[in-house]
Amino acid sequence: MITYIQGNQARILSDLGQHVWLSLLPVLVGVVLALPAGYLTVRYRWLYQPVVNLGGILYSVPSLALFVVIPAIIPVGTLSPLNIVVALSVYSFALLARTVADALISVQGETTWAAAAMGFRPLRQLFGVELPMALPVMMAGLRVATVSNISLVSVGAIIGVGGLGDLFTRGLQLSYLAPIIVGIVLSVLLAAVCDSGIVLVQRWLTPWTRAGAR
Amino acid sequence: MPSKTKLAAVAATVAVLLPLSACGGNPTTAGSSGGSSTIAIGSANFPENELLAEMYAQALEAKGVTVQRHLNIGARERYLAALKDGSINMVPEYNGALLAALSKGGVVPKDINTADEVNQALKKVLPAGTEILQSSPAEDKDTLSVMPKTAGKYHLKAIPDLKPVAGKLVLGGPPEFAKRYQGVVGLKSVYGVVFKDFKPLDVGGPLTKAALTKGDIDVANIFSTDPAIRTDHFVVLADPKNLFGAQNVTPVIAKSKASSKVVSAINAVSAALTTKSLTKYLTEVQVDKKDPASVAKEFLDANHLD
Amino acid sequence: MPAPVVPMLNYFAYLFDGGHWSLAGEGIPDRLLQHIAYTLVTLAISAVIALPVGLFIGHTNRGAFLAINIGNAGRSLPTFGLLSLMVVLVGIGTLPVIVALVVLAVPPILASTYAGLRSVDRSAVDAAIGMGMRPMQVLFRAEVPMALPLIVSGLRSALLQVCATATVAAYVGLGGLGRLLIDGLSTNDYPQVFAGAVLVAVLAVLLDLLSAAVERAVVSPGVRERSVRRTRWRRARPDPTNEDAPTSPVGISG
Repeated sequence: MITYIQGNQARILSDLGQHVWLSLLPVLVGVVLALPAGYLTVRYRWLYQPVVNLGGILYSVPSLALFVVIPAIIPVGTLSPLNIVVALSVYSFALLARTVADALISVQGETTWAAAAMGFRPLRQLFGVELPMALPVMMAGLRVATVSNISLVSVGAIIGVGGLGDLFTRGLQLSYLAPIIVGIVLSVLLAAVCDSGIVLVQRWLTPWTRAGAR
Repeated sequence: MPSKTKLAAVAATVAVLLPLSACGGNPTTAGSSGGSSTIAIGSANFPENELLAEMYAQALEAKGVTVQRHLNIGARERYLAALKDGSINMVPEYNGALLAALSKGGVVPKDINTADEVNQALKKVLPAGTEILQSSPAEDKDTLSVMPKTAGKYHLKAIPDLKPVAGKLVLGGPPEFAKRYQGVVGLKSVYGVVFKDFKPLDVGGPLTKAALTKGDIDVANIFSTDPAIRTDHFVVLADPKNLFGAQNVTPVIAKSKASSKVVSAINAVSAALTTKSLTKYLTEVQVDKKDPASVAKEFLDANHLD
Repeated sequence: MPAPVVPMLNYFAYLFDGGHWSLAGEGIPDRLLQHIAYTLVTLAISAVIALPVGLFIGHTNRGAFLAINIGNAGRSLPTFGLLSLMVVLVGIGTLPVIVALVVLAVPPILASTYAGLRSVDRSAVDAAIGMGMRPMQVLFRAEVPMALPLIVSGLRSALLQVCATATVAAYVGLGGLGRLLIDGLSTNDYPQVFAGAVLVAVLAVLLDLLSAAVERAVVSPGVRERSVRRTRWRRARPDPTNEDAPTSPVGISG
């Protein structure tokens, strides 16, 4: 195994780099799209059920199918990594829209009434009161979305763009364990690093959850 | 720091990192936007083709051409689509198989047998804007192979021998084999051979070979350069009607990228390859598990092409 | 018809072709049944593994750290990687696929079983002990019924994930609806891939509806998850039991 790593450093590193980019960018896109969507379901409660249902259906479409069907819908080259990014953004959005909606709805209560009573306009209330309070739940959803994306990117190897998934197809083609193990270990490490990173950001952003904790 | 400011800080960092990571981390945007001296080389999803792509890529790099690699794209149906839309500019093909794939109904006329005849016919059906370069003497053909036991039991030496017994046998190969003329379709129309069942596995890879040795399938589609034929004593059935035709390694390239420098480098590689040497290098990749990039370098060194 | 509609209709060509729906041979019904089989077998095995462990850890609160971290680590294992590993180790067959899928399904079930048991009102448990119930009785007659919403939600979310991911089985030569995806992919046959995608999505939705019905039957009405919709209607009255913001991704599929 060591010989494999030594002999293939460049390829492993480039696969890892591609994997990082392919899994994190969709999460960001998903967040950017999910925040307004979640907010809208709070303002217009009738939107909640349709959004949740749509998210559920989108999430149940297999990733491989999305990777292949998307080039037919948007004019991206067959091999462009953008296929993966768009598909995973759809998944991230499906997951996060519901999380944001649930989180924002669950913080409605005395605090938001108090803020309204104090004269906070909706936007200031959103950014000053609701979002910070909803952060723990949203961060939890963010962690799930990130880890899930990291796992799904490797499926892209089946269509030739897969970051660390390349190591898995190589292992299958040659009946060779070393690349597969390297790929799994790196993938798990990447997920652990991203997960911890999000937890750290969450702690930094919400110090009140730790003060006076049981 | 009040949390509103912290939120803003995080949002700003993300907003800056997003486009940066997209630009920096993405060396493989739709290749056609590369400079005129950049060429995108693709390969099919099996080790030999990846090895060939590496050989051509490194030969070009030795001449100062920038190469983008898109390896392991998929079956021919997929990488041809990529070639047509410009995502890749060159792919190491096999002339006979390509002709069958591009001909109407996938049928190759009967009197086209030698490499030259195949190439002449091929030039008429290539996608617009592409051309073929010199064919290599190296050939890799599709075969139907069986275990020695099966060959002995049914007295199988050539594909026509399968006709009376195929109804009892299971065929295995890549999923696309079921729909190809140089596959299940042609086996029926040319030889009258119809199998009991077809199992979609992989492209002449470990799944197919394991299924053959275990007995999950009786006949397998394996490539003629596969070292396993020797090591596992597979019996390759002869193809008297030449259904699988001539299969010389023949690079297909977009005309816009076919500068004289590129063409001469590629032709040099093709000329230096023989079936025997291709088999030898493939063994190093498949059996010794060496990286295709280093095996390609070995080949280029041996032939003074870098 | 307007131009963009025609190509879209072509995508349905595979689904509308009656020949593909024949019961003989390897048509769509065959693939559907295989897919359902992989999904249900995986769920059964995962439940058998994860439920007892989750119940034990939740009831005794011992080994929680281990459970949660195994849960998280398991979720981060790439399924495709696991599948490749199993195939190279064990060879082709249903076993490697089921193992990879079970590893995918155990973490959500384990996590929500533990979360469910931890969320049970302590005073109810005390009351049960005070009534003289033995530990096993406390577990099954008091804790589990109250933890059921979360436990069932974990099972449902695992069900959906497995249903979507079982498509990779086709990459290593097996059947299921993934066969439509892989075969269509190999031959650039978009209608076939589209058919596979639509069928898996529809199957997932049906399974979800079915499991929702099971949940309604099994979970006692008084205990049904204090869902978001409840909070909506209760705005007029402050809710004393809604102490701090929930920190576990409850109710989020996958």
